[in-house]
Amino acid sequence: MDAVYYTESKKTFWQKVKEQKELVLMIFPFVLYVILFHYIPLWWWVIAFKEYRPFQGVWGSEWVGLQQFKDLFSDSGFWLAMRNTLVISFLKLITSFAAAITLALMLNEVKNMLFKRTIQTISYLPHFVSWVVAASIVISVLSPESGILNQILMSLKIIKQPIVWMGEGHYFWWILALSNVWKETGWNAIVYLAAMTSIDPELYDAASVDGCGRLQKIRYVTLPGIAPTISMLLILNVGWLLNAGFEQVLLLRNPLVQDYSQILDTYVLDYGITMYRYSYATAAGMFKSVVSIFLVLLANKIAAKLNASTVV
Amino acid sequence: MLKKKTAEDIIVDLVVYISLIFVGIVTLYPFLNVLAISFNDALDTVRGGIYIWPRKWTLKNYEIIVSNPQIYNAALVSVARTVLGTVLGIICTMFVAYPLSRKDFVLRRPFSAIMVLTMYFGAGLIPTYLLYRSLGLLNTFWVYIVPALLGMFNVVVVRSYIESLPSSLIESAKIDGASEFRILWQIIFPLTLPAIATIALFIGVGHWNSWFDVYIFNSQRPDLSTLQYELQKILASVSMQVGRNPDYQMGAMAETQQVTPNSVRASMTIVATAPIIMVYPFLQRYFVKGLTLGSVKGE
Repeated sequence: MDAVYYTESKKTFWQKVKEQKELVLMIFPFVLYVILFHYIPLWWWVIAFKEYRPFQGVWGSEWVGLQQFKDLFSDSGFWLAMRNTLVISFLKLITSFAAAITLALMLNEVKNMLFKRTIQTISYLPHFVSWVVAASIVISVLSPESGILNQILMSLKIIKQPIVWMGEGHYFWWILALSNVWKETGWNAIVYLAAMTSIDPELYDAASVDGCGRLQKIRYVTLPGIAPTISMLLILNVGWLLNAGFEQVLLLRNPLVQDYSQILDTYVLDYGITMYRYSYATAAGMFKSVVSIFLVLLANKIAAKLNASTVV
Repeated sequence: MLKKKTAEDIIVDLVVYISLIFVGIVTLYPFLNVLAISFNDALDTVRGGIYIWPRKWTLKNYEIIVSNPQIYNAALVSVARTVLGTVLGIICTMFVAYPLSRKDFVLRRPFSAIMVLTMYFGAGLIPTYLLYRSLGLLNTFWVYIVPALLGMFNVVVVRSYIESLPSSLIESAKIDGASEFRILWQIIFPLTLPAIATIALFIGVGHWNSWFDVYIFNSQRPDLSTLQYELQKILASVSMQVGRNPDYQMGAMAETQQVTPNSVRASMTIVATAPIIMVYPFLQRYFVKGLTLGSVKGE
């Protein structure tokens, strides 16, 4: 075998390609497919520097330089969308991390496997329903008249009048964050539970010998054990900071909370698809993409550094 | 070694079990509540107080859905795109994942770079829209299928699963003179089934749950509408009325129709969720294993 391997490595690149032509044949159509569907669209970024009119085509449309970006950056609506995007994704980031870690810690303390599995199975379920269904459920639960939340609060005499939850901007931010927690916590907890199973059991025994109770073991063994996972995910999530949850916001927003629900994605949608301002919306989308790529690269770089330092 | 439970143990257990039961209830209850509303008389629902059991049983809300030809058609489109999209998605994922899993594949690095990079950037909504328009995908059924053929995350899952299989399998098949296509479908495919079941669930659920592509690319074609999009339309009409006390308004409207948008929305929500709830118990024990196997075996 060694000899064969040796002669193989002497072959030129094209000889090897020819030898593996079946593999090339298999994957090549999909390489073209990915280029067409993921790289070619980047070409349309050119219309961000034009005043694109569909009838004149991309080349026939007039160049306007950075005008679209100037308009964009001087629009207070854009900065409002920017604020909302950052606030919403920040709120979602913090709540979803806290919830997933807490759930994983609690599940990890359960010794009864049947109970543990039942709770896990239930907790994943909302992840698999669409945001349309989730939004429908949220609207139903929060409905001012027949909604269960108002009914509970009223029967507990905490409030006298039903609250129009979906009609107030600050509530709306929390509704986004908490409905996201409801939908994704079980799913997000999987990765922490996996990290916990790889913690050396001897560490727990050693902690017991040192006289640690359950809470101290969580504090000094479990949490440090999953700390690399937490920091890695936290950093990688920074790359998603400009994604506040397009579908969720689109489905839950209503005219009353417009000033709190407009995010960058819905801004692009409203201007581009609804008002046909293709160039302007492309400029907004391009700004978002470029900043996102920058954030992802930054996050990856920090994650790589951190990973290297924890491994060494 | 048997240890006596300390006071701390008991308190921790108590807090954990009670909290987790609470989590379970909070997660599950909204579904049960919507289920109860969907089976309850619409006019009666407006009075409130429906928890997990209907007060006045009726199938009226479902009759409205079943008798609506548009929604019937939407269900067919949903099923068609889910089945076709999942089958094609699995085949395409295999065709990409297998060559990329082969460490001796000469074009492995450049091709996997081209593929994986797409996970990190997107051109944005408008360029995508313009691409689909120039490809003639707008207002066709194919806009559901073609752009979703390959999910890079799925490719990565299947690839790492194939990498965990012993490479001698491939070597010996090659010595026996099997072609790569044959190796893929007769050797790799059957062995990769746990990972395939996992991504089939992901792809299928993705297709079944998708509504945004309908909304953006096919809203002019009612005959290509899907269940999720029909539910979204009902939802949008409800959202517009938030703050104008929707229940009362709908109550007035209901006098003549015996249904309210709220009740129809509830039954529509159940219809749109039912297939997932039905396949979920069969597949859910696989996906965690399928997802983690690839990475665990790497250690």
